[in-house]
Amino acid sequence: MSVESLFPRLEPLLPTVGKPIQYVGGELNATTKPWESAEVRWALMYPDAYEVGLPNQGVQILYEVLNERDWILAERTYAVFSDMEKVMRDNDIPQFTVDAHRPVRAFDLLGVSFSTELGYTNFLTALDLADIPLHAVDRGDDDPIVLAGGHSAFNPEPVADFLDAAVLGDGEEIVLAISEVVREWKAEGRPGGRDEVLLRLAKSGGVYVPKFYDVTYLPDGRIQRVVPNRPGVPWRVAKHTLMDLDSWPYPKNPLVPLAETVHERFSVEIFRGCTRGCRFCQAGMITRPVRERSIEGIGAMVQNGLDKTGFEEVGLLSLSSADHTEIAEVAKQLGDRYEGTNTSLSLPSTRVDAFNITLANEFSRNGRRSGLTFAPEGGSERLRKVINKMVTEDDLIATVAAAYSHGWRQVKLYFMCGLPTETDDDVMQIGELAKRVIQTGREVSGRNDIRCTVSIGGFVPKPHTPFQWASQLDHVTTDDRLKKLRDAVRADRKYGKAIGFRYHDGQPGIIEGLLSRGDRRVGRIIEAVWRDGGRFDGWSEHFSYDRWATQTEIALADEPVDLDWFTVREREYAEVLPWDHLDAGLDRDWLWEDWQDSLNPDGALEVEDCRWTPCFDCGVCPQMDTEIQIGPTGKTLLPLSVV
Amino acid sequence: MTTLEGTPNPEAPNPQLPIVQKLRIQYAKRGRLRFTSHRDFARAFERAVRRAGIPIGHSSGFTPHPKISYANASPTGAASEAEYLEIGMTQPCDPEQVRGALDSALPDGLDIVEVVIAAPGTFADRLEASSWQIALPGVSLEHAEAVTKAFLAADEVLIERIMKRGPRTIDCRAAVVALSARLDDANSEPCAILAVVVRHVTPSVRPDDVLAGLRSSGGLELKQTPIATRLAQGPLDSETGTVGDPLVFDRDAS
Repeated sequence: MSVESLFPRLEPLLPTVGKPIQYVGGELNATTKPWESAEVRWALMYPDAYEVGLPNQGVQILYEVLNERDWILAERTYAVFSDMEKVMRDNDIPQFTVDAHRPVRAFDLLGVSFSTELGYTNFLTALDLADIPLHAVDRGDDDPIVLAGGHSAFNPEPVADFLDAAVLGDGEEIVLAISEVVREWKAEGRPGGRDEVLLRLAKSGGVYVPKFYDVTYLPDGRIQRVVPNRPGVPWRVAKHTLMDLDSWPYPKNPLVPLAETVHERFSVEIFRGCTRGCRFCQAGMITRPVRERSIEGIGAMVQNGLDKTGFEEVGLLSLSSADHTEIAEVAKQLGDRYEGTNTSLSLPSTRVDAFNITLANEFSRNGRRSGLTFAPEGGSERLRKVINKMVTEDDLIATVAAAYSHGWRQVKLYFMCGLPTETDDDVMQIGELAKRVIQTGREVSGRNDIRCTVSIGGFVPKPHTPFQWASQLDHVTTDDRLKKLRDAVRADRKYGKAIGFRYHDGQPGIIEGLLSRGDRRVGRIIEAVWRDGGRFDGWSEHFSYDRWATQTEIALADEPVDLDWFTVREREYAEVLPWDHLDAGLDRDWLWEDWQDSLNPDGALEVEDCRWTPCFDCGVCPQMDTEIQIGPTGKTLLPLSVV
Repeated sequence: MTTLEGTPNPEAPNPQLPIVQKLRIQYAKRGRLRFTSHRDFARAFERAVRRAGIPIGHSSGFTPHPKISYANASPTGAASEAEYLEIGMTQPCDPEQVRGALDSALPDGLDIVEVVIAAPGTFADRLEASSWQIALPGVSLEHAEAVTKAFLAADEVLIERIMKRGPRTIDCRAAVVALSARLDDANSEPCAILAVVVRHVTPSVRPDDVLAGLRSSGGLELKQTPIATRLAQGPLDSETGTVGDPLVFDRDAS
C-alpha cells in the first residue's frame, strides 16, 4: 500500500486558515523518507498547537532516534486550530503529519506525548480527524497502535479507554524496543492481529496495555483492585530510565521551524532527574535518579546545535540547572567560548541561591539580559518546610540583594497557592516577602525603578508524589486568598506600585486535578467535554470550567463519586490509587512517610538531597537498578578554532 | 527601517564592530514556503546568516540586533521572485560567495537570487511599482478578459479592507498601471492568468485588493484559491507601464 501526500488537497485551503505556515512543514533538519523504505512507521504527536509542540524536546529526540534507523520512519503531527479543524471536516481531509502530509491512520503507531493532562481533548480531536475509533476496543487491524508517553502517562487511567498502550519514563530505548516487536509481528504476517502484538508488548513488562487490566470498585466508589486479565501480563508496569546521557546527545539535528514558536532557542538537557525532594513536584519524583551530562558533552552539544540551527540563544535545560556539579565551569567556559558572537546562554530553571547571580552575570555577558526568576514556592518559612523547599527568607533576600546590586532591575518570584496545611496567613506572607525584596533592592541599588513580579500558580496534587494523598484546595478559597493578597499589595503606598501580580484563578486547577488523579471513570467526562466542543484546555481563552463541571455531573450521575471526590478529598493510606499498578520506582511507604513528615505538628521534617547526603531510601535506584551519575569530571572545554 | 549606517556607541553594553560594506539582496519565496509571513522569513534569514557565518554587523546594547533592513515585503501566502533586503557587514565580502552561502543555509523555497554591493542612495525609493502574476484556476479567459475590461473602464474602484484600526475603504483602481489576462497553456484545466502592474502607494494595493476590485467592478467569480506571484519590483517606466530592475545602479557602480 502506498500512501499519497495530502498536501495538494490542503494547499488551496491554506490561505483560508490562520497562520498557515504551521501546517506546511519544511522545517530545517526535518526528515522525510519514502513510505516503502520503512518496515515500521511512527506518527508522533504533541497534542497542542504547532507553536507549543514543535519545540518539545521529547518529540524532537524520539523523532531523531527513530529516523536514524533505516527501517523506521517517524513523522510529526500537532493539534490543529478550530478554523483548520472545520476546513478539514468540510473537505474530508484527515489528520496529517507535517513532514510528508501523510494521513495519521496509515501509520503503524501513533505516539502521543502528554506533558500535561490538558491536552486530552486535543488528542481526541486528532483521533477523530484521523478516522481512528476513539475507543481502543473499537479499533481494527488497520488502525495504528495508539500509545501515550510523557509525564502524564504516569497516570494514564483517565485516557485509558482511548489508548492501546502507555509507556512510563524515558522514551529513547523503549521506542526502539517497541519498534522491534512491531517489526517482527509484521514480518510474521501479523499473527493474532492487534491483540497479539499488544500482548507481546505487555508481556515485555515495559509497556502498559490498559485493556489487559480490569478495575473493580467498592460500593463507596473507591477502587477495589486492578488486576491483569490475561496470563503473562505483569501486575505492575515499570518506568524506563536512560543511563549515561553522554552517549545520547540528542537532538543532534534540532528542528528549526519557520513559524514562530514558544521557545526560540536551542536547548541542551544538562541533566535528567532531580532529588531536591520538593514534595509537590511530580517531575522531581518520577525522573530519579540524577544523571548528568558531562561538561564536554554539553560543550559538544552546544557547538553542534548552534552550527546546525543558527539560533542565538542556548538554554541549559534541566529541573534545576544550577545544581549541575560543574555549572560554574560550564557557564564560564561557554561564556569564554562564545565571547563576542552575540550568543546568549540561559538557565531556565534556577533555585534561590546567591551563587546563581554570579552564574546569571556569566550567562548574560555575551548577549541579552532578561529578568531573573526564583521560585520560593511558599510564602512562609513554615510552608516551605512543609513542601521541603529549603530556602530561608534571609537566603532569598541575600539573593535578590546580589541581583539588584549587579544591575538587574527586575526579579520574578514564583509561588504556589493551595499547598497542604496552607492558611490565609501563609499566602499574605508572599506580599510581605515581595515588599522586603523591593525595599532591599532600593537600598542596595540606590534606585527607585526596582521591580518585582509575583507570579502565583494553584497547587495541583500529582500522582507518584508525597502529596498524592492530599486534599486539593477548592477554587473558591484559592480565589479568596489570592484576592486578599492582591488587595493588600495594591493598598501598600510605599511598595505596591513596584510589585507586579500575576495569578490564575482556581477553576482550571480543579479540572487539572480531576485529570491528574482521576481513574478510568474520568474518560467519560473527557469524551463528553470533547463532544460538547472542548478543545485546547491549556489555553485560558478556550478553557471552560462550566463545561467541565456540567459534563462531570452528567457523566458521573450514576456513580457514588463526583468532582469534589476526585479533587478536594484527602485519601487514606489503604486506598488503592488509580496508578498504584504503575511503578515509578518510588517506595509507596516512603512516599507515605514523607507525606506524614510534612504534616508533623511540631513543624515539617526536612529531607536532604541524596546527591550530597546518604541515600534516604526513596526506593528508585534499587527498584530500577539505576544509580546517581554526577560529576565533577574536572574536564575543561577547549576554545573553538576560528573559522 | 533599521539604519545600517552609523558608528557604534563604544559606551553601550556589548560594543560592536563598525559596518564596512552594505549588500543588497534579492530573494524569492517559492512553493509551499510562500506561506511564511514576513516575520517568519526574518527569523529564518537571521538564523541562516548565523549558520552561514556571514560577518554581519549588530546594534549594540542589551539586545544586539543584526543589521538587516527589509524593503516592502510581500503579503503572507503570495509567492515572490523579487523581494529585497539590505545587510550591513563588518568585513568586505564577495557578493557571489555570500549568495551561495546564504542560499544553501536557507530552506528550499526561500532562495537567494542575487547579491550586489550597494551603491549610495536610498534603495527603498527605487521600488516604485510591482509586477504581479495572479493565477485563477478554473476561470476562463473570456471571463477574465471581461472583468479586466470593466475594471480598466472605471475611474475608481472602491473596496473595503480590514486595517489595524478597523475597516477602511480604499480605491484600488488608481494604483493599477497595467492589467491584462491570458490563458495558462501549461494547464489542462482552464486557468486564466492576470498580469498586473501596481504602483506602490499608501496604503498599498495588494493582489487581494485587485481581485476584490475585479469582483466589485466586473463581477469576477473565483472557482478556486488564486495564487499570486510577484515577478518584479523596481522603478516604474510610466511610458510603457513596465517595472525595471532596481539593482542595475548597484551593478553598474561596481
